[in-house]
Formats: sequence, C-alpha cells, structure tokens
Amino acid sequence: MPSMTTEPMISARNIRKQFGGVDVLRGVSLELGKGEVIAVIGPSGSGKSTFLRCLNQLETIDRGDIEIEGEILASTDSHGICRYAPDKEARRICRKMGMVFQQFNLFPHLTVLQNIIEAPITVKGMSREAAVPLAQELLRKVGLLEKCDSHPSRLSGGQKQRVAIARALAMEPDIMLFDEPTSALDPELTGEVLRSMRQLADEHMTMLVVTHEMAFARDVSSRVIFMDGGEIVEEQPAASFFANPLQPRTRAFLNHLG
Amino acid sequence: MDYIFEIIGPLLQGTAVTLQVFFATLVLAVPLGLGLALVRISRFTVASRLVSGYIWLMRGTPLMLQMLFIYFALPFVPYVGIRLPDFPAAIVAFVLNYAAYFAEIFRAGIQSVGRGQYEAGQVLGLSHAQTMRRIVLPQMVKRILPPMSNETITLIKDTSLIYVLAMNDLLRAARGMVQRDFTTMPFVVAAAFYLIMTLVLTWGFLRLEKKYAVYDD
Repeated sequence: MPSMTTEPMISARNIRKQFGGVDVLRGVSLELGKGEVIAVIGPSGSGKSTFLRCLNQLETIDRGDIEIEGEILASTDSHGICRYAPDKEARRICRKMGMVFQQFNLFPHLTVLQNIIEAPITVKGMSREAAVPLAQELLRKVGLLEKCDSHPSRLSGGQKQRVAIARALAMEPDIMLFDEPTSALDPELTGEVLRSMRQLADEHMTMLVVTHEMAFARDVSSRVIFMDGGEIVEEQPAASFFANPLQPRTRAFLNHLG
Repeated sequence: MDYIFEIIGPLLQGTAVTLQVFFATLVLAVPLGLGLALVRISRFTVASRLVSGYIWLMRGTPLMLQMLFIYFALPFVPYVGIRLPDFPAAIVAFVLNYAAYFAEIFRAGIQSVGRGQYEAGQVLGLSHAQTMRRIVLPQMVKRILPPMSNETITLIKDTSLIYVLAMNDLLRAARGMVQRDFTTMPFVVAAAFYLIMTLVLTWGFLRLEKKYAVYDD
C-alpha cells in the first residue's frame, strides 16, 4: 500500500489546451512530489505560464487530468470530454495551492496588512485577532513588518512581490506556484525576492516555479523542466540539466542565454 | 434688500422640494444602478441584453417625457396601470432615468479594474461574489468619483423639470414671483441657491477624492 508521502502533490497528465485554434499545450505531464522544487524554464510563448495557470484553474484545459494531492480537479473520459470538479469543490482543491504572479496583483486599496489578512478572514472565517499575528509573522519572515500599514503603491517592486508571497502563505497552502516572480523587477531587486523563495524552499515548501532566473533554477530547484512549443522537451535533476543537457533545443536555449 | 428677505422664505420652501427629489433619487438610483451594472456585465446574456435595452430606452428619451408618461399615461396602461400622485411619479421617473446613467458609470468603473485583481482573488480562494464585494467594488468607488460628481450636479439642476407636474420646486417658485412682481430678482436669488448646492456637492466630492487619494492604483 503506498504511503501518503509517495502520493504526488500535483499530478498533471497529458494536458492539452488551445487558444483560438493554436495549440499552446500539446500534452504536458508533470508530477510534483512533496517538498520538491521544480523550475520550469523555456522561451516566451513556450506555454510554461499557461501550464502553471492551468493547474489552479486560472485557465481551463481542453483535455487531460489534473489531480491535487490525490483529489481530482479535472479529468478526461474515454470520449475525450474534459470535466472539472463542481465549483465549490474545485475552489477548495485549488486552495491547497498559493500563487505569486509576475505583476504582483496586490490589492491597491488595502494596506499591506489588510492584503494579507483578507483571504484568511473572508475565506477561512479566521478571526481578526488570529489573522493579524499570523500576517505580522509572515511579514517579519519576508522582512517587511515595518511596512504593514503602507499601501502597495508605496512599495518597491521587490517589496510588493515579497508581500505577495506573504499573502499567499497566509492561506497556508501546501504548494506554491510562482509565475515568473522576478520578471517585472529591476535586476537589483530580484535578489530580495529570490532570497524569500530560497528560504521557503529550505523549509521544504513544495514549489513549482516558472522562471527566467537560471541561477535560481540551478541552485534551488531539485528538478528543471525545459518547455518549448507547448511541450516538455527535457526534464532532469538540476545539476545534470545544466551540466549535460541532452536535447539540442535545450542546448540551443542555454547557449543563447550565454 | 427687503424684497430679497421677503422672497427668501418661499424660495427656501422650493429648495426643500428640490432637495427631497434630489436625495430620494440619489438614495434609490445608486443601488438600482449598481444592480443594473452588475447584470449588464454578468454572463447571463439575456438579462444583460435586457439591461442594455433598458439603458438605451432611458437615455434615449427625454426625462421630461418619461415623467409625463408615468404621471399621465401610466394609469391607462392595461394590467400594470397605476395612478401615482405627483411626487412619487416624479421620483419614479428620476430614479429609473438616473439609474440608467449610474449603471453605465458603475460599469465603466468595474471594468477598469484589471483581470489580475480577479485572478488574485481567485487564487486566494475568494468566490466571484466575494471578489466583487471585497476587491473590485471598493476600487470602483475611487474611479467613479469624478463622473459621479458630474452626474449629481446635473441631477440637482434636473430637478427643476418637475414643474411639468405642477410641483413647486426652487425654479418654479422663483418663476411665480417673477411673473407676479415684475422683477427678475427671484431668478438671481434662485441661481445663487443652485450655485450654493453645487458648491456643497463639489466640495463633498473633492473631500471623497482626497480620502481615496491615500492609495494609487
């Protein structure tokens, strides 16, 4: 009998998706184990962000199966009809995943603290008295406790992204999805965000990170996935991925980065 | 000067009527307009189209005509026909008309909130309704303040249309005096009254804008 720990946190099988007749995902499969950190890299338009967004239903898939911690979010029957779990059920399943966006998407009308306590209070029914210390603890962790009463517009890009990480963590997700978290940042600000992510990885958070940061992929992730043209071209442990890329397309991509 | 003191009482009575129509319209048309806007942008195509048609009808015909219709013609419409006294008739017409304009202002405000805000709400587990109530609508308020200021100023002046139902608002009261006393002074005083009301509105909206300036989008 398989133990709980061997069950994948995310299991995606043969995910297909079209946008206006164009195949953006042509059968992508992935298993993410507990505590694993996977970096997904690839050129723009390779489908890596779309794939990530399919996992928590920001995009709906045309075909394939998605299971989160063994619970079925979407499945495709033998006739090729893809069905999702009912709305409420799907929301509950997706809540196991926190997400950080390229554009932060903080709530501009709320202070930093309010941004973080909003979902625990509204969704989980947590009391304000319980949510505030939790938020403060998370803000201390990302080094922004002194900003708790500021509005997001007063923060730098790096600070915004760290607040976004704290906001996602406040829902106590089992998995964190990062969609190019440093791509909208000035180079000198990426370091602080990557530090927070690295800290999270050190605490054995299960993470799936779409990124252009090769150093992060190499140093922090356990596995690297290279996507191109809507499919996974290569998948290797981080060390060997960079040392011995097997596919010509992977090599071309890595060489191009210089 | 004595004359001004003499007419100020009746003009204040007219102002009271004007303000009653103004506030009754505002209090009822804002929630109705918000409801219409939400239906208009909803996925329910049929309801959305119906609202579009409603807005077209209300913005496409004169408010005075709508008022006359509700007061004089509605009693004779089969089944739904109802005879309303002048004040309720005026309020119904104003509310139906202004809700259409408000709906479009609210729609613009709601639709100016980016997709990322909905996505952030979704990934945090908020339902669509919760995202609307807690995230989108509060941001809408800041964005609609300038057009709402415009619209309420228009409303305070539009209230003068109720004279067609023989109601004694500020302007009709002034006109009565002008015709009775052969002087245009009541018009000047009435203009001053409108300007004061407009000034208060402008000031109120500016204060609201300042309050919402604590954050940038």
